Amino acid sequence: MNKSQRRVLAPIALAASVSLSALALATPGHAEDTIKIGVIAEAQAVAGSSIPQAAQLAADEINAAGGVNGKKVEIISYDDHSTAPEAVRAFQRAVNEDHVNAVIASYISEVVLALEPWTGRLKTVMVTPGAASDVITQNIAKDYDNLKYTFHGYLTSTSLADEVCAAAKDLLVDNLHMKSAVVMSEDAAWTTPLDAEYLNCLPKIGLNVVDHVRFSPDTTDFTPIFNKIEGEKPDVMITGISHVGVQPTVQWKQQEVPIPMFGVSSQATNSSFWNDTNGAVEGVLYQGVSGPGVAVTPKTLPFVAAFKAKYGNNPSYCGYTAYDEVYYLVDAMKRAGSTDSDKLVDALEKTDYVGTIGRVQFKGKDSPNPHALKVGSDTITGLMLQWQDGKQVNLWPAKVANGKLKFPPFIKLGSAD
Amino acid sequence: MFWQILIDGFAISSLYALGATGFALIFGVSGVLNLSHGALMVAAVVAAWAAGNDLHAGPYTGALLGVGVGLAASLLTYFVVVQPLQRTRKIREEEKEIFILTATLLWGIMIQQLIAYLYTDNAKTVAPIVEGVVSIAGVRTPANEIFTAIVCWLVIALLWLLVNRTRAGKAVLAASMNPRGVTLLGIELSQIYIAVWAIYGLLVGIAGVLLGMFLGVSSYSVGPLTASAFSIVVLGGLGSVSGALIAAYVVGYLETITAYLISPAYRTIPALLLLVAVMYVRPRGLLGRR
Repeated sequence: MNKSQRRVLAPIALAASVSLSALALATPGHAEDTIKIGVIAEAQAVAGSSIPQAAQLAADEINAAGGVNGKKVEIISYDDHSTAPEAVRAFQRAVNEDHVNAVIASYISEVVLALEPWTGRLKTVMVTPGAASDVITQNIAKDYDNLKYTFHGYLTSTSLADEVCAAAKDLLVDNLHMKSAVVMSEDAAWTTPLDAEYLNCLPKIGLNVVDHVRFSPDTTDFTPIFNKIEGEKPDVMITGISHVGVQPTVQWKQQEVPIPMFGVSSQATNSSFWNDTNGAVEGVLYQGVSGPGVAVTPKTLPFVAAFKAKYGNNPSYCGYTAYDEVYYLVDAMKRAGSTDSDKLVDALEKTDYVGTIGRVQFKGKDSPNPHALKVGSDTITGLMLQWQDGKQVNLWPAKVANGKLKFPPFIKLGSAD
Repeated sequence: MFWQILIDGFAISSLYALGATGFALIFGVSGVLNLSHGALMVAAVVAAWAAGNDLHAGPYTGALLGVGVGLAASLLTYFVVVQPLQRTRKIREEEKEIFILTATLLWGIMIQQLIAYLYTDNAKTVAPIVEGVVSIAGVRTPANEIFTAIVCWLVIALLWLLVNRTRAGKAVLAASMNPRGVTLLGIELSQIYIAVWAIYGLLVGIAGVLLGMFLGVSSYSVGPLTASAFSIVVLGGLGSVSGALIAAYVVGYLETITAYLISPAYRTIPALLLLVAVMYVRPRGLLGRR
């Protein structure tokens, strides 16, 4: 039903946005003296809404500081409702009608994968602030000349899994002596490489994987899933959830499932998640690239403060990356001395920019994942946070930790006792 | 496993029963298939959630507000969407059903998009009134699940008393059997319609808030919720409230058994296959009259 509803609404939305962009074009002073960045994201999702907002914030700051070589930066945003067809139409419109110089697009891997061939066909640079699938960059390796215009501005699923394993080693294995885990992920493009790497790296850190559960993102009742997992008596559930979040979390608490949740839980990164779950998220551990009060770099906290002052809420994880992306796109345009896409690609490949989540550098042409972010202690490490009493507390890595591991009473730590 | 399925299936089936009862009632009395059903339920959940979140209301106040919004949204649906179409002379009588069907579908989409616009399409849950777990036959059951089943049955029992034991209720029952006969007895049909939509609104509000406490919903749930009420009502027999109750348990248990014994991913499939089979063998549904 949902898809057909969207089909009904799409022409209306299209007509409305076409007339709006026509208005924008009619406004004088937009011809050659602006740098245009298109932003394609779903405005009705918590994660997506931060993308155009953060991009606009970065543009405002750049413009207030005099712009780029005298040119103003203009953000043009398009709502794709997180569907591939609408995103592709938006991309075509952005390039052909609005003549943008680069595009920042989506946090949904399926959508980014659909856009990827279009970056080559329309020779326009695209950076994604939130998609994770490794296939995005694997595609670039296979067809570099065509797909070199795509950049992966967020961690790949494999990197996410590796970071979860690194944190689990310190927090769960060394600290709590846990021995076994069940991998529990939603069935989506981004979790295929995530789960593969979980199954690879968890045994290496000493967590024996007793089961691997993949469930449909349409699942509303998680009771049977939790039940099955509980029967297998693992010490921890390693999660890979993003499309879902509220429902498994609330039901975990309501059923008092005695096993901790630890891993990637994208919705838990949103500051509104405590309210969305009525506090059921207490004790959930999740991987993040940022956290309240965690000064990952000197730019992190000023960005959060400016975002909050302007929009009244905290940015989602893709807000941080979208904000950085505007800065390093503009930086690359400066270094290239041009907005020509091929020159821009060359300049972006040499990016060395300290942003809000760490130091941004892209993997090179010869890597199996060209244009993926480099990860590691000198670039981006990510964090492991836990919801405690309504606050997101960072536990890992130790040098930026601001709290200690703490579980709600219904959690029974198995082998730790 | 047996007890687990029995207990979980009962809670979810009771919730289905409550949701589908109102849907069946509206169709029985006024012949309206209200395809904005899911949207009204989600509106009630989001209102209850927003009351707790934005207005810092307690769980009881939040739940009451949610039910209130369900009632208001139902009456609004009747007065803005259904009644003008029922009364207009521009549409031929025999075409009105399909016009109302389409209008309620569109109305549902409008509500869904409005909710997504105002509160995002991320899932929302209502703060539960009772927390904690109790052990039934060795199954750790959330107290909220038991609460849900009890409230559903209390409300259904009250509805039964209302329909069978009060004068107004008997008029509603009579209208569902023979609308023309009721008008000949000097009862205003339009009054009955308003009463039925008000009852429906309360049922939708209560079912929505309970669902919000139990599983949680998002604006994406609008379609599936309408579809599940629709298939339960068709399975039970269009217009038959008792048929809808039985069908709710058939569907609820079939889904639960599938989720536990096969896979949660295939949860809804056997119930839909059953629906197709019933359509072939007994098109009027289990207890259908028409």
